[in-house]
Amino acid sequence: MTQEHQNQPPAGGNPIREAIQQAIDENPTILFMKGTPDAPACGFSARTAGALQTLQAPFAAVDVLPDPRIRQELSAISSWPTIPQLFVNGELVGGCDIVMEMYESGELAVTLGVEAPQDAAGPAPEAGSPSQAPLGIENRLG
Amino acid sequence: MPTTDELRERIESAIPGSRAEIADLTGGGDHFQATVTAPAFEGLTRIQQHRLVYDVFGKEVGGQIHALSIRTQTPARNQT
Repeated sequence: MTQEHQNQPPAGGNPIREAIQQAIDENPTILFMKGTPDAPACGFSARTAGALQTLQAPFAAVDVLPDPRIRQELSAISSWPTIPQLFVNGELVGGCDIVMEMYESGELAVTLGVEAPQDAAGPAPEAGSPSQAPLGIENRLG
Repeated sequence: MPTTDELRERIESAIPGSRAEIADLTGGGDHFQATVTAPAFEGLTRIQQHRLVYDVFGKEVGGQIHALSIRTQTPARNQT
């Protein structure tokens, strides 16, 4: 796996990457997305957040848009080029395609440890219903 | 701007024995969907399968290729 970084600070001196890693470690289910679950800014992020909301799975959400370095450092950690990215118990589960495939097959509920709803076979609604406030990586930076 | 044929050829030459079908989702040459069937996917997790496809394009994904939606399958699974 190749990781290229321009202007990368010395090891241990990357507060954004450390904040992202800490968020992944501290939250059993965490979704990095464009926008928020209530106001997604991209259809892929909307579908992924919608699947989690339909399963009523508690999840932390991070908006990558406020600072482009969040996305850059996240992709460096995960070796995954696109947004959204869903992590469960510290492991990358996938982006929109994989999450939706797992949602439709019922695997997502198993991975998240939640009960699948009766009508889980149908397409997931777009995100938009109220949920917890998103995490702000940029807010952790001094 | 990459064409669907170009993407298909690049995937098929990079992943041995693979067959790829590419759709241009918007007609704008930057949102693509790739359905890739390859024996190399056997035994890999979905994450690993999708990484093999993303790796064909490197930093172009998210750049010139704004979005690449991926579906992967192994030849055996494709027959069922």
